[in-house]
Amino acid sequence: MELTDEERRILSDDAQSARAMALRVVADTGRLMGAERLVPIVHAHVDACVYFADAGVLFAERLVELGGQVAVPSSLNVGSLDLVRQGLVRTDGHARDMSRRLMDAYLALGCASSWTCAPYQAGYRPGLGEQVAWAESNAICFANSVLGARTNRYGDFFDICAALAGRAPMCGLHVTENRRARVLVDLTGLPPALIAEESFYPVLGTWLGREVGSDVAALQGIPADVSEDRLKALCAAAASTGDVALIHVIGVTPEAPDRAAAFAGAAPEAVLSPTVADLRAVRDGMGGVAGQGIDCIALGSPHFSRDECLALARLSEGRRFSVPVYVCTRLEVYRDLGPVRAALEAAGVEFVLGTCVVVAPVLRSREGTLMTNSGKFAHYALSTTGHRSAFGSLADCVASAETGRIAREDGPWLG
Amino acid sequence: MAGVKRVLVDGAAEGPCLHLSRPICFWGGLDPETGRIADPAHPEHGEAVAGRVLAIPRIVGSSSSSQQLLECMRRGIGPAAIILGAEEVILAGAVLVSREMGWGTIPVMIADLGGLRTGSVVRISEGGQISA
Repeated sequence: MELTDEERRILSDDAQSARAMALRVVADTGRLMGAERLVPIVHAHVDACVYFADAGVLFAERLVELGGQVAVPSSLNVGSLDLVRQGLVRTDGHARDMSRRLMDAYLALGCASSWTCAPYQAGYRPGLGEQVAWAESNAICFANSVLGARTNRYGDFFDICAALAGRAPMCGLHVTENRRARVLVDLTGLPPALIAEESFYPVLGTWLGREVGSDVAALQGIPADVSEDRLKALCAAAASTGDVALIHVIGVTPEAPDRAAAFAGAAPEAVLSPTVADLRAVRDGMGGVAGQGIDCIALGSPHFSRDECLALARLSEGRRFSVPVYVCTRLEVYRDLGPVRAALEAAGVEFVLGTCVVVAPVLRSREGTLMTNSGKFAHYALSTTGHRSAFGSLADCVASAETGRIAREDGPWLG
Repeated sequence: MAGVKRVLVDGAAEGPCLHLSRPICFWGGLDPETGRIADPAHPEHGEAVAGRVLAIPRIVGSSSSSQQLLECMRRGIGPAAIILGAEEVILAGAVLVSREMGWGTIPVMIADLGGLRTGSVVRISEGGQISA
């Protein structure tokens, strides 16, 4: 690894400073990844601000004590406390204190109080080809795939180190050559009515994470006008079941205007063509059968956008929910909803702000069945909340919330 | 035993192997307070990682897997070493932070996991020699 004069000076001038400590971690990570140099970044997205254990708090506070300040604009992922309703997160004194200390430490380091796992819908949108260091698996995949920004699959702690150092290792997905697709996922044989389904995207992502893993895939057969929220759902599910960091969607995402561009002129190393039956089996594995009782609905992983809140409001008109419907989103979306917010709350929606139901203990019980339209919630529900998952479209979730029993439109899933 | 592809964090260690038979995400998958595999859907659910040479085919999912590992290292209930079957840097990053915090370091490497059986004693020497 070749460090610049400036980098060597940072390391030698004050080896005890936060910036030197952060740069040591970034440079050593680069060495172990096989990078020959570091690359300046324009933005960092930091996930280490969520409280799981005391080690993370002690580390963040050490960086503050050592005078740490981010070197580039840096956004924060979710915290572990609700930003508005104090009692919503059911934590004891210690966890509450530590969550607060952790949030305060990251603000003291100069990060923006964005508190969202969908920073790309909160104005943090690095452009095509820009080098960044992002953590949060869904955001990494979205940044690489949909924005065309460049980041590896960085973990908590490395994220803040990159933010303080202003650099990342020049390797992996920071390098043009490694971003070309290797695997073609041919969806052109699937019924258009299935591809038009909202629930197709989280299911496809769940399948992709299992089948393709860290290989860069290119999808053929997705309509050019697919919404950003659908791409968000695809990325989040794929990055949950697999170690997926970049998906090209041919004709949609910026590095894949056509197939030749996605593969940089090379031939695919493998071609996969999932059938309706393959995807139906994946969907069934995400849980729930019609008529089964549910204990809650969880929406917003990644955080619900304004459009998704409005879609929920349209579907909820005139309904009254018999189980809690949690909508995880960021504070600004909630504040800007106006009268829609009151209507949703009247129907029985509980907003979860700046955090979410799988990273903080919000659910009323430690077991039960959680229904969701999110592939990410479906994947993590059992291991993080003790709830079995049930999966359906947003319309399915709304219909099920009214009766407390799973109602599901199988429609195009029947093939 | 052959098959070491790359040493991520160098060091020596010895301990009984725990070979995870499926990929894992430590968020929801490793209890940071007990050091046990916590995902009820994982085949090795309930196994403790403390002092063991942990063989992991693939780290999937959350970028928070580093938080669970760092806490286990702080508490002294972390694995003796980690041998990964696929490229990844989230866990090695946590080991580097543990070193900076004075909570110790462990060897981490990428290798062919073929010969590593749960229960058999695995010895890792500096430079990345694995003998089982």
